[in-house]
Amino acid sequence: MSAHNNGIWSWITTVDHKRIGVMYFVTALVFFVIAGVEALVIRIQLWRPENDFISAETYSQMFTMHGTTMIFLVAMPMAVAFFNFIVPLQIGARDVAFPRLNALSYWTFLFGGIFLNSSFLFGAAPNTSWVAYANLTSSQFSPGHNVDFWLLGLSILGISSIMGGVNFITTIINLRAPGMKLMRMPLFTWMTLVTSFILVTALPVLAVALILLAFDRFFGANFYQPMAGGDPILWQHLFWIFGHPEVYILILPSFGVISDVIPTFSRKPLFGYPIVVYAGIMIGFLGWGVWSHHMFTTGLGPIADAFFVASTMIIAIPTGVKICNWIATMWGGQIRFTTAMLYCIGLLAIFTLGGLSGIMHASAPIDLQQHDTHFVVAHFHYVVAGGVMMGLFAGLYYWFPKVTGRFMDERLGKINFWTYFVGFNLTFFPMHISGIYGMPRRTWTYAAELNIALPNMLSTIGAFIFALSALILVYTIIKSAISGEPAGPNPWNAATLEWSIPSPPPHYNFAEIPTVRSREPLWREEERREIEAVTLKVPDVEPVMPNSSYMPILLAFGVALTWGLVMTGKWWAPVIGLSYVGVCILMWAFEDPFARKGA
Amino acid sequence: MSDTAVAEDHHYTATGLPTWKVGFWTFLGSECLFFASLISTYMVYKGASTTGPFPADVLNIPLTSVSTFVLLMSSLAMVLALDGVRRGDKRLASFWLAMVIVLGGTFLGFQVYEFTHFVHEGLTISGNVFGSSFFVLTGFHGAHVTVGVIWMTVLFIMSLRGKLTPAEALKVEIAGLYWHFVDIVWIVIFTLIYLLQ
Amino acid sequence: MSTSEIAAEAHGHDQGGHGSVGFYWTIAGILGVITAVEVAVFYIDALAPALAPILLTLSAVKFAMVVMFFMHLKFDSKVFTVVFLTGLSIGTFVVVALVLLYQFLPRLKG
Repeated sequence: MSAHNNGIWSWITTVDHKRIGVMYFVTALVFFVIAGVEALVIRIQLWRPENDFISAETYSQMFTMHGTTMIFLVAMPMAVAFFNFIVPLQIGARDVAFPRLNALSYWTFLFGGIFLNSSFLFGAAPNTSWVAYANLTSSQFSPGHNVDFWLLGLSILGISSIMGGVNFITTIINLRAPGMKLMRMPLFTWMTLVTSFILVTALPVLAVALILLAFDRFFGANFYQPMAGGDPILWQHLFWIFGHPEVYILILPSFGVISDVIPTFSRKPLFGYPIVVYAGIMIGFLGWGVWSHHMFTTGLGPIADAFFVASTMIIAIPTGVKICNWIATMWGGQIRFTTAMLYCIGLLAIFTLGGLSGIMHASAPIDLQQHDTHFVVAHFHYVVAGGVMMGLFAGLYYWFPKVTGRFMDERLGKINFWTYFVGFNLTFFPMHISGIYGMPRRTWTYAAELNIALPNMLSTIGAFIFALSALILVYTIIKSAISGEPAGPNPWNAATLEWSIPSPPPHYNFAEIPTVRSREPLWREEERREIEAVTLKVPDVEPVMPNSSYMPILLAFGVALTWGLVMTGKWWAPVIGLSYVGVCILMWAFEDPFARKGA
Repeated sequence: MSDTAVAEDHHYTATGLPTWKVGFWTFLGSECLFFASLISTYMVYKGASTTGPFPADVLNIPLTSVSTFVLLMSSLAMVLALDGVRRGDKRLASFWLAMVIVLGGTFLGFQVYEFTHFVHEGLTISGNVFGSSFFVLTGFHGAHVTVGVIWMTVLFIMSLRGKLTPAEALKVEIAGLYWHFVDIVWIVIFTLIYLLQ
Repeated sequence: MSTSEIAAEAHGHDQGGHGSVGFYWTIAGILGVITAVEVAVFYIDALAPALAPILLTLSAVKFAMVVMFFMHLKFDSKVFTVVFLTGLSIGTFVVVALVLLYQFLPRLKG
């Protein structure tokens, strides 16, 4: 069996969802460090007024790559790492629905990330911010390859996300264990399902926005060119029709994580389970109707503005409902303040603050003042760096024992959390103030007369504490993976199915697929015994798992190659890449994942 | 194409539905957004072009009506091909798969003719925003048809070799879903772009 | 080949009645006729004021017929309907919203 093999080739050809999950996480962590360095460069430049640490051009590249990397190469893939590792275990499946497609998603993501970052080697890193507003991105105003790297890299990542979304929807619909009804699924699986639906619907819109931009740049089309009747604002519409659901792609997995972690460390079932599920679904849908609140300054007119103000305020309701549910879950519970739990409580506090400043600029007149200032930077870092990332780190501390069979070091974990919490607030809270004083975003320096030197200095100091916390985290992960305290199958005494199998799980996950009879199967003594009787035993005959395959990495390489060849500007160059992709797809289609080796 | 590893492994799915089919319908849901975005782009730019040619100058309704009819009939051929595979009738299946290829190819032929004709009339992708949005929308639809024709050709060869037994009907059914989807996208395009100028 | 068996089962009932060859030909005939009507409506000047609603309705009918009968959604599991309609309805919303914003709610001119 290839899955017992540990060589480098076994990882490259693996189709095991657990290994792919680990690869996603490690890759995302590497990009996290890269994006963190970019953030530090930004903060050093803003340390004092009229600083000249870096040029305006380098500054533009830094904030563009920081934003793009954090969203597409850190927050999303880190959530996908948990989708991969945890969801099949939570629903009682042996793998995802399409294991090879899953590997293809990973390799496409990796090559897309490398593609995007390789721009640094050519001195042409994207420099038009992560929202890349037209028509700054036109060939006329951005003649270099910077924008090309950005739009092609992002479309590669989009393909990866759509494939992942399809895979997880199918997995959750079709591979649940007997008795695992939809309304018995753990909240993390539920939020994965909602997130996957947003992925498969939102990413195609981004793809089209990027395709139109590509046609403008490579073939002289006029989509965003006002001279020929095009409209630069269309880019903003398409980008935010994708971009606002994207915000929920980022936060819903974290909501899922803490909805599983808080009950475990409160020793109470989640308060109002169905309400939390419905609120998540509602957020998923309402997220489609709010995009123009990013565009109040474009002058949409009173009717459109009023609609988007109202819809934006409405979407705060299901989010508020969830926050109340989490607090009510902790209420009267026997709370254990583990690092994972601390991160959950941190998320509750910080995300709520970010949500409140969000409601402030949901109001169009206020937004006109705050638009493109550091106040907005503070807002979205409160929801993303505070909300999303804290949720993901809660998941890391919570599921690490399942993944590795060892605990994360709790003492280092507490240091990690508190430096994170202090560093985070010190970095981003002062930005509210500098923003209200009028400090613009995406501008490499500021005048001394603005009187915002102090909040900027505090932010920079905070950023270094924040960076220290990230280093502690990386160190804790490595140290704990090597010499952490061994953990049993269910070290936290949690309720859901992933804790019924050994840690780390065998490559087939479940020796026998258990039958589930309730929402918290491991908290009901009788049910727990029944389940563990089949999940903890060593099977007489190991379940047959799909073979490893070279096709995913070969095909993913073809996708990146094709996209890279687009940049030559010759129409026939990508056709070469496409032919290679076509051959790979045919070989893929006729490869039998269950063929016996050597037969 | 048997990538439904886990489903085949323990012969069980929670819904009793084939995993491939659930995944493919989800993918089609995703494709809806792809074409919705392209169609939106075309629609918001209606009347925005500052220079000609304009839609009324170039769009040829009789010609496109014929090609629309051809594509509709290819959907009929597709369901009949699937019916042939389900019955285990290799000749019937091969014949109707060949018809799908011929009709799909005819549609593409019409499109190539239309595109060259338009360029001749001065409508190009870089000329005005009507040209940009028209060529990109119908071009991506044409690319989907092309992928479909290649897919059908692979199935046709498999059918000739007797590889498409009734047990393999799911492969043809999925390909059919794709083909019909491309057809319904064209139904929308035909109305919004050609008839409602 | 369990998946194929399940597929065959899931389609068991469309073999009799709905899925028969004659039924497919009938649907195709109706689709062809509607297309002819669409083109005719386009050329009848008297109908010009009501052109948009008539054509949108007719094409929606064609769309629905292909999805329900050729793609079997009417006779198949609700799961497929849910995953497809999620995308279709959001997509329709996007088109309608953008057309409204651009064609009926023009932006303020600076």
